[in-house]
This record gives sequence, structure tokens and C-alpha cells, in this order.
Amino acid sequence: MNGQRLDRRAAMATLLAGRGDDLLVVPGLGSTTWDVAALEENPRDFHMWGAMGGAAMIGLGLALAQPAHRVAVITGDGEMLMGLGALATIGIQQPSNLAVIVFDNAHYGETGMQPSHTHDGADLVAIARGCGFTTCLDINDEAGLADLAARLKDLRGLLFARVAIEADDPPRVLPERDGVAIKERFRAAIGVRA
Amino acid sequence: MNAPVKTDWPDRLFETLKRGRVAQVGYVPDAGHARLIERCRADAQIRDVVLTTEEEGVAMAAGAWLGGNRSALLMQSSGVGNCVNMFSLMRTCRFPMLMFITMRGEWEEFNPWQVPMASIVEPVMKLCEAEVYRAREPDEVEGIAERAVQQAFGDERIVAVLLSQQLIGKKVWTK
Repeated sequence: MNGQRLDRRAAMATLLAGRGDDLLVVPGLGSTTWDVAALEENPRDFHMWGAMGGAAMIGLGLALAQPAHRVAVITGDGEMLMGLGALATIGIQQPSNLAVIVFDNAHYGETGMQPSHTHDGADLVAIARGCGFTTCLDINDEAGLADLAARLKDLRGLLFARVAIEADDPPRVLPERDGVAIKERFRAAIGVRA
Repeated sequence: MNAPVKTDWPDRLFETLKRGRVAQVGYVPDAGHARLIERCRADAQIRDVVLTTEEEGVAMAAGAWLGGNRSALLMQSSGVGNCVNMFSLMRTCRFPMLMFITMRGEWEEFNPWQVPMASIVEPVMKLCEAEVYRAREPDEVEGIAERAVQQAFGDERIVAVLLSQQLIGKKVWTK
């Protein structure tokens, strides 16, 4: 996997700049949660400290429940690889308000930077396309990232994007760790009750 | 001649889900749940989501609750093993998780490969801090389901309703 790669923290800042209250973010276990937390601790983010492989399906349940909101799952390649079947499941449902964005550094950053399957050829964009995602983007430069940010602001249809990022390990920024607190503040922020 | 086995329990279970305002139903195709799945698919207010593996349905239930929807997950006993790590999401965040599990591997089971997982469903679910109920007779399914709905969403708990294999009948292997 050669070619240009983006800085993960700067990429997250670009994607979420001026995000709007109708954007709900599900960052995956590990680095993408720290990236989102590095910007701000927003109650409309469901930070994940576990449940590896679950981010995309949390996004689906949320997107189906909240059709008036946009939902962005922003996760890593390792977290996505653990739940690839979710892409097939989401492709069948076709929620028009869901974006699945994978920050792909081709490594497992949390466990010591071992290479992931994308390092040696697994093509997440091709997989998403094959699962029925209507828009599939492969991004490794600022122009592509700006295009993705614009599409996210005006989300109209199921979107998948792979964002090639550098395999570095920026300082961890740790958000709230209490799962009940994260859940309750999220629900309160969007005004839902049982 | 034996009395005919009552087969309307899936319809009564469906009505219970409707009364409980369940809006999303995840499932892996299952012969024992075929009728209930058919009812859910035909209902305009229920979003039915076919899954590739049961743990997807656990994560989906968390997302549904974050967005204010009640959900249920339908599976057979072998699916429980696929879910165990994802249950940590429900426990840590105290998400409601309503599950209806058709049992294989117990009553007149022909396939021994079904037995190992089925035989540990109850202890596994209890280790995951689920409330576990078992329905053996058609007439008790609805009442147990009512209780499960109340407990899952009222108390934000993991609740597993096990539907015994004699409710479903044995799988026919030779035709």
C-alpha cells in the first residue's frame, strides 16, 4: 500500500468542522475515538472503548431510529475488518442518512502497530461497493477529503469512504469512560425517551 | 390420538412485540422463527433487518436505543455463542437487549453438532448477567414475552427468552 496518506487528527478536524447538531458520530474502538475526542467531547458522539466490530451496526440501528439525523460511523480498518458482514447487512437496508468512513492506516494501532489485512491487499472500498453502498470513495488527499466533508454535510444516500491515513500514534485523548454516562448524555442531547 | 400442537405462539409473540412498541427486529434466518420473521417483514411499522451474524444484532440494538427505538433480536441457540463479546457493550452501557432464542440440540435433536452450544446457552446468558426465561408450552410464550419486554426496556436489562425445541418440532432430515 503505497501512496499519499493524510494526518488522522487533521482529517477528523476537516470532516467534523461546522458539523451541525443533526450529525451523530459513532467513532470505533480505539484511535478514531481518541481522534474525535481530541476535537471536543460532544454529547452527540457515542465514544467506544470496546465492542470491536460493532461500530457500523450501532450506526445502522441509530440511522434507522433517527431518519432526520445524519449518522457518521468513523472507525479504523481493524475495527471494520472485525465486522465486515455489517457492510452486507447495511447494503441491504440502504439507509439514506448513514456514512461509514474508515480511517485506514493498514495497522492495528492499539496493539503495537501490527499490519492489518488492508496492508496486504484487502480492499475495503471494493468490499463496500460489492455490498451495495451507493457511493464509495477512496481518499488519500486534501481534495478528496474536502469532497467527503461536503458530501457528509449534505448526506443523500448510503456512503462508504476509505481515508488513507498515516500509521502514526498521536497522543491519546481519552473521553468519558463510563458507558452509561455516554449513553445517557447522547440520548438527552437528541431528546429521545424510551 | 394426541391433541394437535398449538402453533399460534409466533403470532401471539408478534402481537406482544407490537404492543411493546418494538420498531426494529434483527434476525438471522431460522426455521423456528420463520413465522415471526414473516410477520415482522409484513409489518410496515417494524424495520426488519436480516443479519449475517447474530452479534450484528446486538450492536444494532444499542444503536436503536441510542436513537430512541426499541428492538428485538431473533436467533437460534447457536447464535448465542456469536454474541458473547458484544454483550459487553450492553452490560457496560446498560442497553436494553431483548432476545428470543429458539433452542436446538435438546428435544429429539438429530444433529449432534447442535448440542454443545445449546447445552450452555442458559449458563452463558446468566454469566452475561441476562435475565433468562424458558417457554416450554405454547400457552406460556406470550406471558413470558410480556414480562421480557417490560424488563428489557423498563429496567434496561439483557433479557433472553428461550423457546424450547418441542415448541418448534424436530427438523426433518429425510424427505
